Amino acid sequence: MNSLKYVIIGNSAAAVGAVEAIRKNDSEGRIVIISSETHHTYSRPLISYLLLGKTDENRMKYRGDSFYSDNKCEFLPGKTVQRIDPEKKQVLLDDGSCESYDKLLIATGSTPFIPPVKGLEKVRNKFTFTTLDDARKLDSALIEGSRILILGAGLIGLKCAEGISKKKVSTVCVDLSHRVLSSILDDEASEIVKKHLEKNNIRFCLGRQVTEFSDGSAMLDDGTEIPFDVLVTAVGVRPNISLLKDIGGKTNRGIIIDERCRTSIPDIYAAGDCCECRDAASGEMKVMALLPNAYMQGECAGMNMSGADCVFDKAIPMNAIGLFGKHIITAGVYTGEVYLETDGENYKKLFYSNNRLNGFILIGNIEKAGIYTSLIREGTPLDSIDFELICRMPGLMAFSREERARILSGIA
Amino acid sequence: MKRVYVNEQWCLGCHLCEYYCAFAATNEKDMARALKGVMIRPRIRIEEKDGISFAVSCRHCDEPLCVKGCITGALTKKDGVITIDRNKCVGCYTCILSCPYGAISPSEDGAVQKCELCIKTVRGTPKCVEGCPNGAIVFEERGE
Amino acid sequence: MPIEYIYPDYEIVRDYDRCIVCRVCERQCANEAHEYLSDLNKMTADNAKCVNCHRCVSLCPTRALKIVKSDHTFKENANWTGKSIKEIYKQASTGGVLLSSMGNPENYPIYFDRILLNASQVTNPSIDPLREPMETRVYLGAKPDRIERDENGKLKNNLKPHIKLSMPVMFSAMSYGSLSYNAHESLARAAAELGILYNTGEGGLHEDLYKYGGNTIVQVASGRFGVHKKYLNSAAAIEIKMGQGAKPGIGGHLPGAKIVGDISKTRMIPEGTDAISPAPHHDIYSIEDLRQLVYSLKEATAYTKPVIVKIAAVHNVAAIASGIARSGADIIAIDGFRGGTGAAPTRIRDHVGIPIELALASVDKRLRDEGIRNNVSLVVGGSIRSSADVVKAVALGADAVYIGTAALIALGCHLCRSCHTGKCNWGIATQREDLVKRLNPNIGYKRLVNLMTAWQHEIKEMMGGMGINSIEALKGNRLMLRGVGLNEKELEILGIKHAGE
Repeated sequence: MNSLKYVIIGNSAAAVGAVEAIRKNDSEGRIVIISSETHHTYSRPLISYLLLGKTDENRMKYRGDSFYSDNKCEFLPGKTVQRIDPEKKQVLLDDGSCESYDKLLIATGSTPFIPPVKGLEKVRNKFTFTTLDDARKLDSALIEGSRILILGAGLIGLKCAEGISKKKVSTVCVDLSHRVLSSILDDEASEIVKKHLEKNNIRFCLGRQVTEFSDGSAMLDDGTEIPFDVLVTAVGVRPNISLLKDIGGKTNRGIIIDERCRTSIPDIYAAGDCCECRDAASGEMKVMALLPNAYMQGECAGMNMSGADCVFDKAIPMNAIGLFGKHIITAGVYTGEVYLETDGENYKKLFYSNNRLNGFILIGNIEKAGIYTSLIREGTPLDSIDFELICRMPGLMAFSREERARILSGIA
Repeated sequence: MKRVYVNEQWCLGCHLCEYYCAFAATNEKDMARALKGVMIRPRIRIEEKDGISFAVSCRHCDEPLCVKGCITGALTKKDGVITIDRNKCVGCYTCILSCPYGAISPSEDGAVQKCELCIKTVRGTPKCVEGCPNGAIVFEERGE
Repeated sequence: MPIEYIYPDYEIVRDYDRCIVCRVCERQCANEAHEYLSDLNKMTADNAKCVNCHRCVSLCPTRALKIVKSDHTFKENANWTGKSIKEIYKQASTGGVLLSSMGNPENYPIYFDRILLNASQVTNPSIDPLREPMETRVYLGAKPDRIERDENGKLKNNLKPHIKLSMPVMFSAMSYGSLSYNAHESLARAAAELGILYNTGEGGLHEDLYKYGGNTIVQVASGRFGVHKKYLNSAAAIEIKMGQGAKPGIGGHLPGAKIVGDISKTRMIPEGTDAISPAPHHDIYSIEDLRQLVYSLKEATAYTKPVIVKIAAVHNVAAIASGIARSGADIIAIDGFRGGTGAAPTRIRDHVGIPIELALASVDKRLRDEGIRNNVSLVVGGSIRSSADVVKAVALGADAVYIGTAALIALGCHLCRSCHTGKCNWGIATQREDLVKRLNPNIGYKRLVNLMTAWQHEIKEMMGGMGINSIEALKGNRLMLRGVGLNEKELEILGIKHAGE
């Protein structure tokens, strides 16, 4: 049997997941990785840690230097795929060359959304904050005493604020929402985080938006003017769906995939931040752009591409983020009845309905959070555990003796 | 592969496994010297309530969610044992978010820590198994 | 308590340089003697609660603890010792009978320690147990008077039922109720692996242990707890308990608070009722009555199992044994005054009964003199502490020995003698679930097997040294023994010569 040729567009978590899965089943087939960046596979979430000095470019590599050779991959850095030809089963690159494929994985990730604000083109020192190149450029623009304006107080905006905090600059965050981390926190939790960030010298203008930029200052909708030296836009990302959309594949906000990571076009798979799939917590189709999901989707795609049958239907929104020493862990959706425990510094909120845990928010004391995550992903019926206990104290004590025997004693 | 398994019926909740774990991590010869005045952060932890107690430590899963979610690649599987490269770990806690058993916890220096079957500290039987006075923790192959 | 008459006997000494405040002492002391002071992050202890069981000492991972005898003293007085004075204080406070656990600790002569063994030299060469076969197997039961043949001249099997033991040691009667279930399971499993027997004591046989029936002696005591047909038929032998070395002449009492759950079920009495074993069997008032019970038990088991009669060693033990030997019993078990107990009145335990060495020698001589020694096998107990005691007991005339205290020590007992409180920290003499857990039968039974294996090797060494290669040849072989520091009367009763003779 002729061995298969696999082509992967992308070089991050989803791509790596696919490679590692393919090589479990197929040690012979060619794997070609096409990356628009030039770097060895690296972890994008680490760019803020890089600026902070908690890691360096070598330690940031997502896999060791010998990853491509160990896995017999042909790595094509600095190339962009222009078009997919699903009839000829080829991809066309920007340098004019072609790569044929038997199985194709689109792991193109996402691109920062640039808000269409008047005057933005006038700002000379403006940056996005998603790639290593972004981080390098931003770093060289930061001089002592600079005033930094960050548009967006979400995950990327706040991690950026933390990342640059050691550079002796002053930082202001502006967000349309009244809350920081509005996509994952409720009012009270958000307030705790905001206070903590303010203690660490991050200033906020929440519930406002920029109406006009000039080079060096932003005019807000309430008339305030904020002078700045460097602008970082972190108002959201858009999944890179054009390659599939252009050839008629099903897309919404993201590329629509089933629980085997298949797109609507045969032999084309998709994984990672560019996709949209069923959220196991809410049942809705969502883009869940998080590294663990990206890796697991990539792995699922790789398994299916190389002939094994694999299903990944447990993707849920989940986040672990630390800001100036305060850790926040969240997962799922925030609907249903509420269990709340807070002392002003630590925060725990669990959401449940229909005998299931739907979601949770933890700030401060995040020990054993994964136990809650597992309840959501597995859809564990809450009447099969001591739910009252697990709300107060996440742990295996809340499970039955038989369940513990399975987990801790290997007794099936 | 040999793993640390728990016989819940024999656990006395004496917590000696936790102290032996902490001792193993110090690489010292004398436990009194190693742990005097130290607030221990063991990688195996007892849960106890109403006369039931048992020790929880990393299961070294065949499909480890922590490894799949690790943003730095610090968590890897080597010869079946899930290990942490503490140099690479930045303490993002995605693994704590992922582990369904609560087996990973923060350590003093920001990186995370979990049971690594004593492969970095002692050789042979993990220290928690040696220290258990009642056969509640064993190190054996159970066909998983 | 306005006046504290009794100062704690023991002090817990902690080396604070080595204490890592792991709190295992606090977690593991059932008497709550240790406490963690959270404001000082320090451990402390209340000596008054310490019973000197060594649980904390044994578990402390840095060996930071030891228990010492308090050096708080009364004025020296050979007559009015501190012990005598304190006992009066206790009785003046409570008005109660003093209760004690385990065997007589008083300073009476220990004859085993005044008896020495022979060894071969020059004329009768010793035997090397590593190179030559040595037989430690024994068979207990009534030996037939003569060989019988059938009409064809073939040997008839006129053997009565026997117990086969791989070595001349059995685990003695300790009831389920005074001991925990896990202790019983350890004894049963060890007996099965070693090829010897253990004894249920008067608490009946737990249904989960029926599978070890082939290695079990079931006891029929005066309270008849747990006695039913299936119980009798499940065992290898049946023992009628007439008396016990630790408390001759009186019965037993397990308080109703301990009669719960499986204890109640196994003993066949309602939960919460006191389990009182009366002093006499109320249906045995003469040797003829005993014979009747012996044969009832044999009928109930179709004459397939030997019947043992266990008596305490008292003054006229030889005459009693002679009567029992004629009653149809197959084995006589004699329990000396050092025998252990879960709880007994202190004065009875310490002042009633006679040493097993003297009882054994006089019973063996009496039965031989009357020509009925082969009607029964003799089993003795009451502080057999080592393999040397075993060899000496066999040489004095025993077919086998019972060990009780020694077995419990193998399981972890530290002879703190607090069994009657029900808070045995080693999980042996308690029914509290959290304490019983501490005795893991998987570990316990192995320790018993180890102990017996070690004793078996030592017995072989000692026998080999004497030039003897089987227990049969050692039994009653008084010439292998010499006394040292014994007076003429003692030597005469023991039937041995003095060292040097």
